[in-house]
Amino acid sequence: MTVMTYRDALNHALREELTRDESVFLMGEEVAEYNGAYKVSRGLLDEFGPKRIVDTPITELGFAGVGVGAAMAGLRPIIEFMTWNFALLALDQVVNAAAKMLYMSNGQYKMPMVFRGPNGAALQLSAQHSQAWESWLAHIPGLKVVAPGTPADAKGLLKAAIRDDNPVVVLEGEMLYNTKGEVDENPDIVIPLGKAELKREGQHCSIITSGKMVLVALQAADQLAKQGVNVDVVDLRTIRPMDVEAIATSVAKTNRAVVVEEGWEICGIGAQVVDFIQRECFDDLDAPVVRVHQADVPMPYAKNLEKLAKPDAAKTVAAVKRVMYLED
Amino acid sequence: MAKKNTSSPAAANARDTAVAYLHSMLMQRRFEEKSAEAYAIGKIGGFCHLYIGQEAVSTGTMAALRPDDYVITAYRDHGLALARGMTANEIMAELFGRATGCSGGKGGSMHLFERKLNFLGGHGIVGGHIPIATGVAFAISYRGGDQVCVCFFGEAAVNIGAFHEALNMASLWNLPVVFIIENNRYGMGTAISRSTAQQDVVKRAASYAMIGTSVDGQDVFAVRKEMDEAIERARKEQRPTLVEVRTTRFMGHSMSDAASGTYRSKEELDQSMQRDPIVLLKTKMLSDGMITEDDYKKMDDEAKAAAQAAWDFADASPEPSPEELFTHVLSDESTVGAANNAELAGAGR
Ligand SMILES: Cc1ncc(C[n+]2csc(CCOP(=O)(O)OP(=O)(O)O)c2C)c(N)n1
Ligand SMILES: [Mg+2]
Repeated sequence: MTVMTYRDALNHALREELTRDESVFLMGEEVAEYNGAYKVSRGLLDEFGPKRIVDTPITELGFAGVGVGAAMAGLRPIIEFMTWNFALLALDQVVNAAAKMLYMSNGQYKMPMVFRGPNGAALQLSAQHSQAWESWLAHIPGLKVVAPGTPADAKGLLKAAIRDDNPVVVLEGEMLYNTKGEVDENPDIVIPLGKAELKREGQHCSIITSGKMVLVALQAADQLAKQGVNVDVVDLRTIRPMDVEAIATSVAKTNRAVVVEEGWEICGIGAQVVDFIQRECFDDLDAPVVRVHQADVPMPYAKNLEKLAKPDAAKTVAAVKRVMYLED
Repeated sequence: MAKKNTSSPAAANARDTAVAYLHSMLMQRRFEEKSAEAYAIGKIGGFCHLYIGQEAVSTGTMAALRPDDYVITAYRDHGLALARGMTANEIMAELFGRATGCSGGKGGSMHLFERKLNFLGGHGIVGGHIPIATGVAFAISYRGGDQVCVCFFGEAAVNIGAFHEALNMASLWNLPVVFIIENNRYGMGTAISRSTAQQDVVKRAASYAMIGTSVDGQDVFAVRKEMDEAIERARKEQRPTLVEVRTTRFMGHSMSDAASGTYRSKEELDQSMQRDPIVLLKTKMLSDGMITEDDYKKMDDEAKAAAQAAWDFADASPEPSPEELFTHVLSDESTVGAANNAELAGAGR
């Protein structure tokens, strides 16, 4: 085990998989000579050369489509979006091409490819640069969607995504890149897609979350522990396919649940989790499930407004108290 | 076949080539006439875009390709699939939505796929497959292969952003791909004059420092010659080409609109139909003594019989079994993915 940043964990995953398999290549804006807009691909051009680390024009739709075509012809592309906000321009390729090819061709054309990049808000980047897209992407049959919250998960899940024969969306976080954690340096360690992890154990309430919100949930858990409330933090890690057994197991133990997500409320991931809980865990529940999410507004620029809009530990603590019928 | 004019091996060769073209074009024409019939009585559903009138483009291009080259196109794909070598049976069965169809009944008219022939589909989003073609060529070049990818689309697709993005990268990276504009002068009901500022569409090539050429799409020999050059340029020099093929669709945009009378006048269509690619080829072959009227009739009857046999095959084929609904969503449906997909689709319990 080594302590490294989330950024370096992703970098190691890329390096190991590029080394392991000649058919893997990385393509996107500024991934090569600039070393990546967020330096995730630092050093890879030097090590693997311009054939495998490919700078593109500002052409999100186009290079996402190049990835789809390369996958149809047998390569394993990793398509980096500078951020997922820009990937909106490429959604035709992600949704209409990558996610459908296997089905439309009745199993003839697999799509062993990864679409990755930072998702959600950083700091004061305002409306067009601060959006969390997981519910849009997880809506689509034919895609897998992962949202690692820690360096170890970032490495293990990205490796699994690269090795998977399906199109996998990897949602990283600009605010996560500098976070540190223990990571296994063994290149054979992968984290299977579709498996949640209990990041913290408690008996009073389940916090179900993923991605950047894992850290928020853990902060909330610390604060709650000081007040004698101990929570399970269920990190979904993969949003689609979702590890619903892990949710059910935790809720059966705690009888209460709070779902924390980075994106907006309407039709969000939390709505899907709540649907599952009411259907499968109805008799376990001692209180209605409460959701924590971004305010239903475009992200504002002003620091105070941005803070109000974002889900955070304080809002999560309040939500847990609400489902436990505790006074604030 | 007529025995005239086969004295030299070259002449025999030329005759064989012409006969193969005629056969390919007749198979497409009669197949699609049959599909129109099947559509009219509800055997085929959804959208169905016929290729009738454009057969010299598919036949002339496919003849210039190697078996290991790649082909990708839009939704007007029946003729291209047949010309590439897919069977009438597997295509008709697909149109009928049957398990024996080339895409198991899951794709339909717009999504014909055949991996054995590197036929990469049948795509329904205008222009969406053009960057995919660039990607296929990227993969060829990545592996150091000498295959070529040919990509067909309509003239209306040159106005979509994907066209621009794909051609820029193909030229920038020296990729072995041929972009083929099938210019039938209409995108659904919109004439090119109402949609496209630069109607000389091949001039777009200049923006990408790419060679652009135009060819008469009703003349199968002209198409073949132009494609030979473009494909050679891709294969030997890794340079893409934009080829405009001037053609006419003799039918409506799809089965839901009339061939003429609204956006296109009857006079205009009648005039274009004077240049039916099959009639042009037949006339030439007759006058060159390559075939007789009897030979032609025999070939035509064969094509009609093949189309009827395809109908019979499709009609007798089973529908996909209900379990097929959930197959091929993901490549590993035995994993947790499948259960949850069913769960998330609301089909769980
Ligand atoms: C992005 C997109 N917009 C609109 C449509 C609906 N549509 C289908 S075909 C078509 C016309 C395309 O014309 P052209 O590219 O010239 O091809 P042709 O049909 O003539 O072969 C339109 C507008 C679509 N399928 N995709
Ligand atoms: Mg057209």
